[in-house]
Amino acid sequence: MKGAASGRWIAWVVQALLLAAIAGGAVWLVLHALGVLRARGVQSGFDFLLDPAGFGISEGWLDFESGQPYWRAFLAGLINTLRAAVPASIFAVLFGTLLGIGRIAPHVLVRGISSAYVQTLRNIPLLVQLLMLYFALTQLLPDSTEAIELVRGAWLSKDGLTIPWPVREAGAWWPSHFDWPERSSFNVTGGAALSPEYLTVVIGLGAYTAAFVAEIVRAGIGSVSQGQKLAAQALGLTPLQQLRIVVLPQALRVIVPSLTNQLLSLTKNSSLAVAVGYPELMSIANTSFNSTGRTFECIAIIMAVYLALSLSISGLMNFYNARVALRGWQ
Amino acid sequence: MNSRIAWRGELFGSPIRSLLTIVLLALLAWIGVYVFDWALLHAVFRPDAEACRAVGHHGACWGVIAEKWRPILFGRYPYQDQWRPAVAVTVLTATTLLSAWPRSWRAWLLPLWLLTLVVFVVLMRGGWLGLAYVPTSRWGGLPLTISLAVVSLALAFPLALLLALGRRSRWPVVRTLSATYIELVRGVPLISVLFMASFLLPLLWPAGWQPDVLVRVLAGLALFVAAYLAEIIRGGLQAVPRGQTDVAMALGFGRWPVQRDIILPQALRLVVPALTNSVVGTLKDTSLVTIVGLFELTGALGLALGGDTTWRPFYLEGYLFLAAVYWVMCFSLSRYSAWLERRLSTGHD
Repeated sequence: MKGAASGRWIAWVVQALLLAAIAGGAVWLVLHALGVLRARGVQSGFDFLLDPAGFGISEGWLDFESGQPYWRAFLAGLINTLRAAVPASIFAVLFGTLLGIGRIAPHVLVRGISSAYVQTLRNIPLLVQLLMLYFALTQLLPDSTEAIELVRGAWLSKDGLTIPWPVREAGAWWPSHFDWPERSSFNVTGGAALSPEYLTVVIGLGAYTAAFVAEIVRAGIGSVSQGQKLAAQALGLTPLQQLRIVVLPQALRVIVPSLTNQLLSLTKNSSLAVAVGYPELMSIANTSFNSTGRTFECIAIIMAVYLALSLSISGLMNFYNARVALRGWQ
Repeated sequence: MNSRIAWRGELFGSPIRSLLTIVLLALLAWIGVYVFDWALLHAVFRPDAEACRAVGHHGACWGVIAEKWRPILFGRYPYQDQWRPAVAVTVLTATTLLSAWPRSWRAWLLPLWLLTLVVFVVLMRGGWLGLAYVPTSRWGGLPLTISLAVVSLALAFPLALLLALGRRSRWPVVRTLSATYIELVRGVPLISVLFMASFLLPLLWPAGWQPDVLVRVLAGLALFVAAYLAEIIRGGLQAVPRGQTDVAMALGFGRWPVQRDIILPQALRLVVPALTNSVVGTLKDTSLVTIVGLFELTGALGLALGGDTTWRPFYLEGYLFLAAVYWVMCFSLSRYSAWLERRLSTGHD
């Protein structure tokens, strides 16, 4: 008995020493860093967030002009991150589910095409795909004077995609009509313009993540026991009904946790937009620390924001998962 | 024969199926003809920019690869010495292929890897045995991509092992610290870690005692990858039945020997396929170091074409070549992972 008690005592001492060593190391690192920065005459602190930023942001939902404070630039960057990540997530989930079902479809050509897509996109770095797509969108498409009309009112050119957009009269709550873009001899006017940078990030991220979603959906459907499928068949359900009523609800329990991870990595991967110049959070931070020299502060801000984003997405998905998970006995 | 009948049923079993088959075949044929036309029929294979421009968008200009393959594969490495990275990559690949064979998973593999890494560094860096010194800032292309992946994984693995065991420790402090580290790192994007390694660390170091940028990026990559590997290993540890620990303890094994001799070998065997998949992930992730100014494959392409107005219009062909190189490496790794999974399954589960 005495041996066990002294063992427990030693365990606590070792843990206390470990904690002290790590805390001491962290404090020393911060003090040392501050000392080095002061010795070099580098300004530090988060007060720069109130200073006017010397750059503008070309696009986004939050208007930002040169001269407005840095905190507003970071906010605009965060909103731009969401503006790209949310549509890309929706695209990835819908398209990925289709592909995943396609990979086990009872048709050899559909299976072949789906698996060729998945194997191609999964095995090429996302950065290479984004750069390639960006090059194609900005160099290989025609000039805006010769924009292509994809469907009525959607014009695609080197300057991006212009689509019809609902507008509302002054003072009205609800949009009254669409603003249809027109091609003139100089450029495309009217509607809402989506920049090539934005298109690259949304399409590239969505298409890449869809390949991973497809594998998750396939594994999820595979996890539903064969007996369930046979029983559904015996009840006379059509293949589509079998999938919708019997297979998918059960597969979701396997799919949701892995899907959460994919959506998390999509959000983190949206930081690759810095390579094509879409002004999301990482690009704003990059520009800010180049112009202010507050490297530590800017990196701390982006890490904190991405951490908060990650934690809230996994919180949301855990909440959803608790709803689809089996209750009672397993 | 049976599968042929099944195929025919799938393709033409009902009118709707037949229609779908015909539509898909037509679509594939249309794409196939277009690709064949562009990539082969009208393509220019000679390194002749004039001919490429004459063809325009009707044919591919593979001449850009014929002209630029060396700067793409070796980056800014001195031209006349590029046999050295070529040999270095061959040696590294040979050792990798040898270690991919489960029969060679013996104790001699570790010294072989150390020897390989020494040979790699001596060949790349030089300054010894009559080889001219080449600073790491001039390393690039394929050797940099492969060595970043291999070395960061090798550094990350022991750390990941500690983190995975730490997260299951009986000691609350160790458990909390491991879990915090893993969750923090998994919550931030790799670029932010690379930015930290490349822009922040130099500010903190005393002047004159500055680790090389390659070393800093490697450390950042390894610390990042370790968190992901740790979660995979933890999954394996959890899959080993708890009864095994109890039995081993009852047989008189100590707490550490149980982990080392009983639990870990089984856990690692279970997660080898998942670990191989994360090797693919790491190989793809090395492309991000181009954002902090190291010229591995992706960066080397930009370097080779971006500064050359003659060849810049043919970036698309360059990217396709790059994609093909990555694809061959990653696809063979993932096939290997699937093969290993079949081979390692003991048939007990």
